[in-house]
Amino acid sequence: MLRSIGAVATEVRLPGHLDGLDGLIIPGGESTTLSRLMSLYDLRQPVADMAAAGRAVWGTCAGMIMLASEITEADPIPLAVMDVGVQRNAFGRQVDSFEQDLTVAGLGPDPYHAIFIRAPVIIRVGKSVEVLAALSDGRPVAVRQDSLLATSFHPELTADARIHRYFLAMAGGPPFDADAPLIETPRVR
Amino acid sequence: MVAEILTGTFTVKSGHAQMLKGGVIMDVVTPEQASIAQEAGAVAVMALERVPADIRADGGVARMSDPSMIAEIIDAVSIPVMAKCRIGHFVEAQILQAMGVDYVDESEVLTPADEMHHVWKHDFTVPFVCGCRDLGEALRRISEGAAMIRTKGEAGTGDVVEAVRHMRAVQDAIRKLKTMPDDELVVEARDLRVSLDLLQQTREEGRLPVVNFAAGGVATPADAALMMQLGADGVFVGSGIFKSGDPASRGHAIVQAVTHYNDPHILAEVSRDLGEPMVGRSVRELSPEELLATRSI
Repeated sequence: MLRSIGAVATEVRLPGHLDGLDGLIIPGGESTTLSRLMSLYDLRQPVADMAAAGRAVWGTCAGMIMLASEITEADPIPLAVMDVGVQRNAFGRQVDSFEQDLTVAGLGPDPYHAIFIRAPVIIRVGKSVEVLAALSDGRPVAVRQDSLLATSFHPELTADARIHRYFLAMAGGPPFDADAPLIETPRVR
Repeated sequence: MVAEILTGTFTVKSGHAQMLKGGVIMDVVTPEQASIAQEAGAVAVMALERVPADIRADGGVARMSDPSMIAEIIDAVSIPVMAKCRIGHFVEAQILQAMGVDYVDESEVLTPADEMHHVWKHDFTVPFVCGCRDLGEALRRISEGAAMIRTKGEAGTGDVVEAVRHMRAVQDAIRKLKTMPDDELVVEARDLRVSLDLLQQTREEGRLPVVNFAAGGVATPADAALMMQLGADGVFVGSGIFKSGDPASRGHAIVQAVTHYNDPHILAEVSRDLGEPMVGRSVRELSPEELLATRSI
């Protein structure tokens, strides 16, 4: 997805892989696994430093859990770089996972088709955090704080590249154009 | 206007498997083992009464596990919990779905309930993973609704040879597909007993349309990294962890081996001092009726 919209993308598994990056995406997955591997391979401090230095960092699902200040459980331990509180598995088990159209601020008028998988939700929003999208019950599912972006859902599972383009703009790429035609990119599998 | 909320779609079911990519799924038989697996960094656990090595040793009919045992494991961990139903036993699958299991493995490790038909998985909200030995088997399971595929390997042996054979078979068939002219594709679909549509989709994407894990005989960090380098999206470890001398260390090492599968220095480091691996059984020593992979193809 990133490559198809013009970014140079690389995988980060060790601290040295962060060198020279304009932005970092902490992807979906299991947050307990992510947290343990980040501790084990000394990625916590470098990623926290990157966020503190104003470089663009985006967390989706488990990645959002990792960015949070606090979560409702003792495990995993988040990086505490974004002023939000997050509840893991907020909707129940896998049979409760769902997809739904959302209006996302800054992406233009077209609804964004969001896929929630054992998804977390934001239960506290700090003063400097902007809510970009919320469910019909008001619970936020996409937020931004300066150079940090967090989404409960999985833009990487759709063909709609708008949030990826929005993030590229945050990372110093071309400005986001909400009027640009929707680009259908190949789905990642 | 409130947007429509859709659950149980193929996107949501196969998307969950996407989130397990690059991870290790471990067989556990008690809540304590489930906690050890989560602590070791597993992305999910498979809850069952006996690991495949014990099913193999005990003989008899192997069935779905007792729901109360699965429920205890669900309560013990925050990571997803999978459980096995017998091939074709759609009522066991209904029970597992009702219990809130996150993934159902329609597994050849249990004694098949139907030798002709698999579960029609599209009817379920819960996603399914199924085993395969080659591309045809994988695509037949996907057409029945499987949202995730794994190699069958030969479970409970600690011998990785069959998992390697099955992973190579799938990858070779896809490579062949990519250069195949359209007219030959029709014949290939017939030979593989799969739909032309699904075969064309596989060719366009250059890979299986769903996530493909390795399973059946993985016992060491090196085995796990081998499967990843052969193209697996992640690894199931059944008997290999809790039948070994030091499950916590071995589980932790296999998780790191799957993350850093292309880094031999890290693989060397994590392979050290893991104690005794599970006692293996060479697949060559098994009689044909002991083979699990040839069940319901």
